[in-house]
Amino acid sequence: MDELEKMLLLEIADLHKVPDGAYNIRKNGEADGRRSTPHIRIEPRRDAKAGIDIFVSGETKGESVHIPVVITETDYKEKVYNDFYIEDGADVLIIAGCGIHNCGQATSEHSGIHTFHVGKNARVRYVEKHYGSGEGGGENVMDPTTDIRLGEHSRLEMETTQIKGVDSTVRTTRAVLEAGAELVIREKIYTHGRQYAKTDFSVQLNGDGAGADVVSRSVAAEQSRQEFTLRIDGNGRCHGHSECDAIIMDDAKVVAIPALAANSVDAELIHEAAIGKIAGEQLLKLMTLGLTEQEAEEQIIKGFLS
Amino acid sequence: MLELRHIGFVAADGDANKEILDDVSLTVNEPFVAITGPNGSGKSTLAKIIAGILTPTEGKIFLDGEDITGLSVTERARRGISYAFQQPVRFKGLTVKDLISLAAGKKLTVSEVCGFLSEVGLCARDYIDREVNASLSGGELKRIEIATVLARSKGLTVFDEPEAGIDLWSFQSLISVFEKMHARTKGNILIISHQERILNIADRIVVIAGGRVQKDGTREEVLPGLLAGRMCPALQG
Ligand SMILES: Nc1ncnc2c1ncn2[C@@H]1O[C@H](COP(=O)(O)OP(=O)(O)OP(=O)(O)O)[C@@H](O)[C@H]1O
Ligand SMILES: [Mg+2]
Repeated sequence: MDELEKMLLLEIADLHKVPDGAYNIRKNGEADGRRSTPHIRIEPRRDAKAGIDIFVSGETKGESVHIPVVITETDYKEKVYNDFYIEDGADVLIIAGCGIHNCGQATSEHSGIHTFHVGKNARVRYVEKHYGSGEGGGENVMDPTTDIRLGEHSRLEMETTQIKGVDSTVRTTRAVLEAGAELVIREKIYTHGRQYAKTDFSVQLNGDGAGADVVSRSVAAEQSRQEFTLRIDGNGRCHGHSECDAIIMDDAKVVAIPALAANSVDAELIHEAAIGKIAGEQLLKLMTLGLTEQEAEEQIIKGFLS
Repeated sequence: MLELRHIGFVAADGDANKEILDDVSLTVNEPFVAITGPNGSGKSTLAKIIAGILTPTEGKIFLDGEDITGLSVTERARRGISYAFQQPVRFKGLTVKDLISLAAGKKLTVSEVCGFLSEVGLCARDYIDREVNASLSGGELKRIEIATVLARSKGLTVFDEPEAGIDLWSFQSLISVFEKMHARTKGNILIISHQERILNIADRIVVIAGGRVQKDGTREEVLPGLLAGRMCPALQG
């Protein structure tokens, strides 16, 4: 693995070396290393599509799976399907992410379609980072789709972050929750230049006691554009909360379109949305501590997205 | 030493102009100087003018002999002016530790941050990683605000109603915060307050009413009159 690939791995998965536990590293469309463990099996897909199947046994407690994707070629496009089968009672950390370094003039593109079948009482933490770099004129495009099916009393926590270098992204997340299941999503996005980011969440709260908490924080700078759409359907005695908080700077544009649908009298659904520039008094407070206006801005954004 | 010379401030209020400060001159050269006066008399406006948040429409400000009237908030902070806001600002995402480190101007260790927090009567462990956001109570936020200026401990510190919203952790502890701060900086502390117990430690008291200096003298000269006219008819003028 060369320095560039190592840098990408560090950015997206905090990996300095081959990870402990199960992993699958995908590099320019090829498997660049794979390891299964007694509890976590990684296998090629049974259909013709690109991607892997990941089987997490119910015995798994506090283990991790790393499945980073690295692309260093220009004009390279792929669509990858990864399916996670998480047995009842498992407890697992999944670290995914995609890093593209595109030095060329043509677009490179990765679409990861991740499907989670989460069994009863299972616990999943899913961390996903998207990062792009490269000095060429070629665009880095990532269109992740996440499909989540949460069994009774299971819980999935998803942290998704896109801080740098992704020129265009459409992020689609769909979740269906059975009784007592819990979904927590934390999204962080920073766009600048002429970047475009669209996020689309749709959550079906089907069972009694199901709950979802979706929080998106984003900063749109320069001429970038962001769109946030969300829909939570409450179909029983359930609670849903979503929050979309955007800082807008320069000539950026942000659209937030939240929707709540209560199909049961016992559904409790809340949405909070706020879009605005950095509050003047926040800048002033930090300036009274000796920071310049620009330093203050950087600190506020860093805190907001941390 | 801070000197305000003939400070005037006119705010644009809709189409009309509203005169908020009129010919305010005062000198802060003692360890503790208190400013008091009725609500709306212009005290916080004056504090913001000192910090550079507002620009006076008239007059000049000198810090240790240097004319700082034209300097920005940042430049004044770097020359040693600190300002604890009457209404502290909330930040989504910045933690108490982040904010106090920014105030100190360097990365602080956990135990250093804890030191500042316990000085303002907060059990540090419970707060250090909390965000300075809407989940903090008014009194907690106020104490954190005081901790930020403590972490700076510079030449001139302005406290705008530090006692507001703070419970009986109280005046005595608050006063010892001021005293320790002075022992450390040997600087000047300007406290805007309505509280007798704080006025009691002031070397000088300035009464502002209707945007003007109504009285300015030692505590012995000013305080008895203030207490006698407790209902403050004198202050309304
Ligand atoms: N931008 C503004 N436009 C119009 N009026 C203003 C503006 N800023 C302040 N004022 C008015 O100026 C006056 C002085 O306000 P200031 O906040 O300085 O009072 P204060 O003495 O600190 O009062 P308090 O004791 O209530 O804190 C008030 O009447 C306030 O309404
Ligand atoms: Mg005030």
